[in-house]
Amino acid sequence: MFDNLTEKITDIFRNLGNKGKITEDNISDALRQVRIALLEADVNFKVVKEFINKVKEKAIGESVLKSLTPDQQFIKIVHDELVEILGSTDNTLHLTVQPSIILMVGLQGSGKTTTCAKLANLQKKKNFKPLLVACDIYRPAAIDQLKFLGDQLNVPVCIRRKETDVVAIAKEALIEANKLGCNLLIVDTAGRLHIDEKMMDEVARLKDFLKPQEILFVADAMTGQDAVRVADEFNKKLEITGIVLTKLDGDARGGAAISIKSVTGKPIKFVGISEKIDGLEPFYPDRLATRILGMGDIVSLAEKVEQNITEEEAKKLEAKLKKGEFTFDDFLKQLQQVRKMGALEDLIAMIPGMSQIKELKQMMPGEKEIKRIECMIQSMTKEERDNPSIINGSRKLRIAKGSGTSVQEINQLLKQFEQSQKMIKQMSKLSKLGFPGASGGLPGGLNLKDLGGLFR
Amino acid sequence: MLGLFDKLKEGLAKTRNNIFNNISAALTGKKNIDEDFLEALEEILISADVGVNIALDIIEKMRKDVKVSTTASLEEIVKLIKKELTEIIKDFSNPVLNIENKKPAIIMVCGVNGVGKTTSIGKLTTYFKNSGKSVMLAACDTFRAAAIEQLDIWAKRAGTECIKHQHGADSGAVAFDAITAAVSRNIDILIIDTAGRLHTKTNLMDELKKIKKVINQQLPDAPDEVLLVVDATTGQNAINQIQEFNKYLGLTGIILTKMDGTAKGGLVFAMLKDLKVPIKFIGVGEKLDDLRVFDINTFIDALFDTEDFNIKK
Repeated sequence: MFDNLTEKITDIFRNLGNKGKITEDNISDALRQVRIALLEADVNFKVVKEFINKVKEKAIGESVLKSLTPDQQFIKIVHDELVEILGSTDNTLHLTVQPSIILMVGLQGSGKTTTCAKLANLQKKKNFKPLLVACDIYRPAAIDQLKFLGDQLNVPVCIRRKETDVVAIAKEALIEANKLGCNLLIVDTAGRLHIDEKMMDEVARLKDFLKPQEILFVADAMTGQDAVRVADEFNKKLEITGIVLTKLDGDARGGAAISIKSVTGKPIKFVGISEKIDGLEPFYPDRLATRILGMGDIVSLAEKVEQNITEEEAKKLEAKLKKGEFTFDDFLKQLQQVRKMGALEDLIAMIPGMSQIKELKQMMPGEKEIKRIECMIQSMTKEERDNPSIINGSRKLRIAKGSGTSVQEINQLLKQFEQSQKMIKQMSKLSKLGFPGASGGLPGGLNLKDLGGLFR
Repeated sequence: MLGLFDKLKEGLAKTRNNIFNNISAALTGKKNIDEDFLEALEEILISADVGVNIALDIIEKMRKDVKVSTTASLEEIVKLIKKELTEIIKDFSNPVLNIENKKPAIIMVCGVNGVGKTTSIGKLTTYFKNSGKSVMLAACDTFRAAAIEQLDIWAKRAGTECIKHQHGADSGAVAFDAITAAVSRNIDILIIDTAGRLHTKTNLMDELKKIKKVINQQLPDAPDEVLLVVDATTGQNAINQIQEFNKYLGLTGIILTKMDGTAKGGLVFAMLKDLKVPIKFIGVGEKLDDLRVFDINTFIDALFDTEDFNIKK
């Protein structure tokens, strides 16, 4: 559905065969596709209506840029408009007071407690000394969960198990922060329905007492049409300062983000991208816009690659590749580097167009397969790794025995390796010709697609 | 305790009022059903999360069936929508839990993060205990911090036993132990809690499959029920969730949680239209007895209860 919006629009314009100017006539179909796609992505219908009108206004009469075709131009307008809605000049935290206070609020199950810990982790790296405050006194074991996460991060957690008034807990937390020398309080609260007046009053009292610098509304990226109303109610009652969008590592398009942003006018400050404690990132509007349009998220991928692969390593490999020397050792290194970056399926989803190919997911090697390949390579001698052509029958048998695999599997690996060597040679030829993407992404032109091919 | 119909009616009040108020607002000042009204109606349906396809279908049918000149009354329009929605789910028979004549019957509960798995298990336990069954819980969510403690608290509240290992333990091993314990203690129903996971994470979905296999190797027919917990606030992504979990595990039913409070009854239709996994329970409130057996006809009647609408008229 959403994945091929870009494709659909291209089709519509192709059928029109109209170049030159965008007119009301030739975009009505395209607008309809955008409308359906946004609705399917759970963007609130009112927001969609406004959005479509804006795009229409901007698009009509616009002459098509020389460098672009009408479809590309139209997509660009949609994309830019999305970025404008999602974007905000300021998505940083304002923590200038001593101690600063962040209050976390939201519906049940949106991910508040986990986000508290992730935020503590992030702020710790910025030299804050956080104190987690357990004000969710309702959900069974919510306090234990925060305590566990705090211990994991080496961040103190303020807990008053017997206390039934959250304001009293907050009071004690301020004293405790002072005692421990903490300069940032991150206050976890219970999940509540926006229509539950008693519970909404409770969190309002907490706000009045703490006067937090930041009130972050935590929202599940998979939320449906109701996201608008929930966010609106929370904002009216509490005057939130920002939004955290969680569970963005699933396949939800995150249409709720558009709804929430437009109804509250408050910036999206962070996005949750994994269950792990470091899975919280600053929000980039253009990346989400690209994702909503099904155009992949190549920027995040490139960044991930950068974080995990040093430039030196990359250069070394590239030099080797240029000479056409790609050995099993290099292959092993690549595998290990890719593994460092996280689950392959997450990486794939960031490559434009790739998320649509369901088969690719099944093709990707699991942790287990990667481990088996590692074993096979590690059972080879140095000589064999540098020059696989010397691997004959008896060597194969030895490698198979050493790695607990079979000769057939070794044969398969050798064949796949040979193929990928060929592919890499072609890729490096392309990159010499200056093809973008051929040498970008992963170092040395080996990209994930090739890696996937290795396990077919 | 309120009857199911009343409780449902209460829980769905928001959805219903929303639909009625919006339709009547769209009708205000109109003598005829016209294109403007149809468009407004389409948006009303979409805003109740019925999904774009169903909404477009219904509007298309209305365009054909109802002459645009027909004098519009709220009553007629609501009747038409009810008819169309009933049509969508007419093949849908009311599901029964496959737990009779089994000892122990094994119920495996799964879902994405934060949908209310553990809470639903707490409520299910109460539900079964009230009907005179003995229940045991298995804490197979060994991943999330304090998930074991959370389930344990529910077990204590319901007065049942909870089989658990430490945090980080192998979830398959917990399942194995729990089944052994349930068999030796002659328990009627064993409910297995699993860690929340996004349906897109292949490795985690494989792990779930493994837990199922462990259960199946111990008891040939088990698990007797594989229930997916779905948060009713979820949008159209719920469909993806059901599809993926079904592919990996073969679901026998769905527990739809958080139905109280907001406008989201429409998801039920979106779910039933595309996927044939029956909804077995719905959560309509926060109290222990607020998990109810789902009955599609009661649901539709509660959603379109004309009593309210008469008052508004």
